[in-house]
Amino acid sequence: MSGAGVVADHESHPLFLPLVFIGGAVFGVGLAVSQMARPEIVLEFLQFRDLGLAFVMGGASVVVGVTFWALTLSGRSAPLTGKRFGRRLKSMDRDVIVGGGVFGVGWGLSGICPGAAYASLGIGNVVILYGVAGMFLGAYLQGYLRESRVESGAAATAD
Amino acid sequence: MNEPVLLVDALFPRGITQYLLGGILIGLGTVIIYLGTGIHAGASTFLESTLSYASKLKRFQRPRFVSSRDWRVVFTLGIVAGAAGYSIALGDFGWTTEVQPWRLFVGGILIGIGTRLGKGCTSGHGVCGVGSGSRTSILNVGIFMLVAIGVAQLVMAAGVTP
Repeated sequence: MSGAGVVADHESHPLFLPLVFIGGAVFGVGLAVSQMARPEIVLEFLQFRDLGLAFVMGGASVVVGVTFWALTLSGRSAPLTGKRFGRRLKSMDRDVIVGGGVFGVGWGLSGICPGAAYASLGIGNVVILYGVAGMFLGAYLQGYLRESRVESGAAATAD
Repeated sequence: MNEPVLLVDALFPRGITQYLLGGILIGLGTVIIYLGTGIHAGASTFLESTLSYASKLKRFQRPRFVSSRDWRVVFTLGIVAGAAGYSIALGDFGWTTEVQPWRLFVGGILIGIGTRLGKGCTSGHGVCGVGSGSRTSILNVGIFMLVAIGVAQLVMAAGVTP
């Protein structure tokens, strides 16, 4: 495996993976409780038939926002990794806009998003595997196309 | 006198308790991982990092995917297990969607492309990014929300159900 040597140091802490699993499990319970694991509920939100879903993203981002803000200000580092606490800031470019638009079409058509799809599988909704398969295919397609674009770009520059 | 009550009933026919509680738990799951590791866990990077196990494309073999792919699998398994545990405890495990497979599949492809191109999804941008006050994330969420509303309304108007 080409990647076998590139295991990050922080993954060596014995509590790292158990903590990620517990956090994921709480996250999954939240997706089930909030009904976001059911595409029908998401579609009803987008069609203005039940606006309750606004409280899901709202509630989650407030809890996360307060924590990120307080710990970033503290200037401390995370105990298991030594990673400095910070906010999630991504650079702005055209891809952020185009990607958001493409994701929006998919979300509006299907009523699923990545996290909710994994949780949907958890509640026994096997039909969601069509969606999960689609997501992997889409992620592969964009990687394939972007790589060939970069390579043809590099070849053009070399000429 | 009763009009505001009727309006609330119309906008929130199922109440808001489960939505707010679920949202707080989603936030709490993110916070648990952040408190221990400093990592902003989003759900969609899992797609590319997991592809790195199977694909030799340089795009997927970048260190940021290879070094995080193991914990991202564990995070996703945690999501599946948590949702499974909850539905089993409630006795409604095995619910299946009526939304047609082609909508899930085609939607899934667009979600796979869009979230990776746009650097995040409903959890990465919508929860972690918005919680961080990131302008990039707020713009991305505004766009996918408006587009999704438009598409879902069109689908409904075209009579595609479920």
